[in-house]
Amino acid sequence: MATPANPDHVGRQLAATPKAQLIDMLYQMLLGRRYEEKCAEMYALQKIGGFCHLYIGQEAVAIGAMSTLRPDDLVITAYREHVHALVKGCDPGRVMAELFGRRDGVSRGKGGSMHLFDREKGMLGGHGIVGGHIPLATGTAFAAKYQKQDTVTLCFFGEAAVNIGTFHESLNMAALWKLPVVYIVENNRFGMGTAIERSSAIYDVAQRACAYDMASETVDGMDVLAVRETIGRAVDLARRESLPTLIEARCYRFMGHSMSDPVHGHYRTKEEVEGQKQQDPIKQYFEYLTAAGLADQALLEELDRKARAVTEQAVQFAEASPEPSAGELYQDVYAEPYGPYTRSEQ
Amino acid sequence: MAVITYRDALNQALREELRRDPNVFLMGEEVGVYQGAYKVSKGLLQEFGPQRIVDTPITEEGFAGVGVGAAMAGLRPIIEMMTWNFSLVAIDQIVNGAAKMLYMSGGQFRIPIVFRGPGGAAHQLAAQHSQSLEAWYASVPGLKVVAPATPYDAKGLLKSAIRDDDPVIFMEGETLYGSKGEVPDEEYTVPIGVTDVKRPGTDATVVAWSKMVTVALKAAETLAADGISVEVIDPRTLRPLDEGPILESVRKTNRCVILEEGWPYAGVGAQIAFQLQQAAFGDLDAPIARVTGLDVPMPYAKNLEHMVMPSPARLIAAVRDVLYLD
Repeated sequence: MATPANPDHVGRQLAATPKAQLIDMLYQMLLGRRYEEKCAEMYALQKIGGFCHLYIGQEAVAIGAMSTLRPDDLVITAYREHVHALVKGCDPGRVMAELFGRRDGVSRGKGGSMHLFDREKGMLGGHGIVGGHIPLATGTAFAAKYQKQDTVTLCFFGEAAVNIGTFHESLNMAALWKLPVVYIVENNRFGMGTAIERSSAIYDVAQRACAYDMASETVDGMDVLAVRETIGRAVDLARRESLPTLIEARCYRFMGHSMSDPVHGHYRTKEEVEGQKQQDPIKQYFEYLTAAGLADQALLEELDRKARAVTEQAVQFAEASPEPSAGELYQDVYAEPYGPYTRSEQ
Repeated sequence: MAVITYRDALNQALREELRRDPNVFLMGEEVGVYQGAYKVSKGLLQEFGPQRIVDTPITEEGFAGVGVGAAMAGLRPIIEMMTWNFSLVAIDQIVNGAAKMLYMSGGQFRIPIVFRGPGGAAHQLAAQHSQSLEAWYASVPGLKVVAPATPYDAKGLLKSAIRDDDPVIFMEGETLYGSKGEVPDEEYTVPIGVTDVKRPGTDATVVAWSKMVTVALKAAETLAADGISVEVIDPRTLRPLDEGPILESVRKTNRCVILEEGWPYAGVGAQIAFQLQQAAFGDLDAPIARVTGLDVPMPYAKNLEHMVMPSPARLIAAVRDVLYLD
């Protein structure tokens, strides 16, 4: 799926991006990888319950895309979002505490893996109904324009979500009203176990934007610098001209749909998955940096050690965090509570 | 005090709250240039402009979600459903979005939004345009559900709903828009979650809301001529339900009929009856009765539609029944 790297865009991005940020992007990719590996382990140990969707293989999309943002920009995404939350600045310990269902979780243990929220960091969830959050992103972009702010909303979803009505309703309104939002399709080729060829009448997802006269681009989602460059253009368009863009980032998930789905299963072969793993986005990015003399094996190992340590500390933080108290059960159902919802915390 | 229509009372509430808070905006189909499918938003585009009175495509789920997203970002949207029947294509945004955001974000994202529009049957609009869906929404924790019967309540409650920090389902009565009543000249609000006595009485309690209050008052008038004194209680808000005044009334009359335009199965009246038998079992001299819309999709034919709709005659029969009069 991944196309050969374009040396031009790599050169441009390496030249235009501060070295510290380039190295930080590598670190974030490593953190995302180690964190998700740890999540798989914690799921097997039943520390994490419910549905748990891992991001391994897709790191270049979230990290490349969010590397273009300002801190006050907003991110809203679906349920494969642990790494999005980390990259948006959520504390790794509080994210892990959320996955553990603990009180210090970013959503106080009430959201879990699929509902990570952090208002201060501009992380607006974590949504579990496919396509359900696309209108929400359209709404935050509407609000930015209404309030005459130049913040941009990034909205992530899988390629399977482009077949649901909310996608079309949202793109139509965003184009009609010229809203500052970037819709990012993380096309990992499978909606659960259904390949895109079996679910979409059009293979090129980006073409869907034509129906709404919206700017669109397709990008190699395994190449973090290609993602950064492409999303950077879209973010600029949103911020400067208040115009939306649809980006299709072609990527691949190395794990099953969720923890209850084996890595290959009935819908793809082991050979296919192993072949895709040769295009590992972290490996590719490291090679770009090495070729440019910006990183070496020692640095990679140092960053990896840090990522493992931060992940380990996150687990320890989550372990130490108490479960929510029974008194919190009725809290936050209403902002202006009544009757049973006014119970004070026990 | 001026006598105005229910429609104009709602219009006044919208206008006053739009003036009061620049974060309030109205969005929906035909709310602007067309001046509202039922003219509730008449004149608002002219006063507030297209940025705040936003005409949408026919895209209910989309604009319901735009409203929820805008609320997450700090605005106070009023989302008009041309009728509540159309909300069924937007229900994911209302139930999975608006109602749950505060809870599943651990208290971080309030959704101060009002979804409003007409509900219930009008005249021969048939199965898809004649539904009373309050029981659907009232069953969802995180939502508040309001269904006013009079111009006074409509204006006062809509103002409260717009100022409320939770998502409010505001159900207007489609056939009430032209009804008239007294509305104070000075500003006022009616709090959400406060039951009102619409007619005092001593022999039997009738609980009714929205346009069923009109049916109840007509029946009460007829029964009064026979020397039967009916107390008509209007909860006005179905979630949260202010149970106190209903209980107080039932403890006085010892008999209760619950009147509801919607279907009987799992209706709001079923919930109220449950709560009453829990709290006032010993005070009841007869089983609680319910008069509801009949348990069928709404037929088009006029005679069949009349059979489905709760009428003063059916209510009178039920009241006489709980009084063991026939």
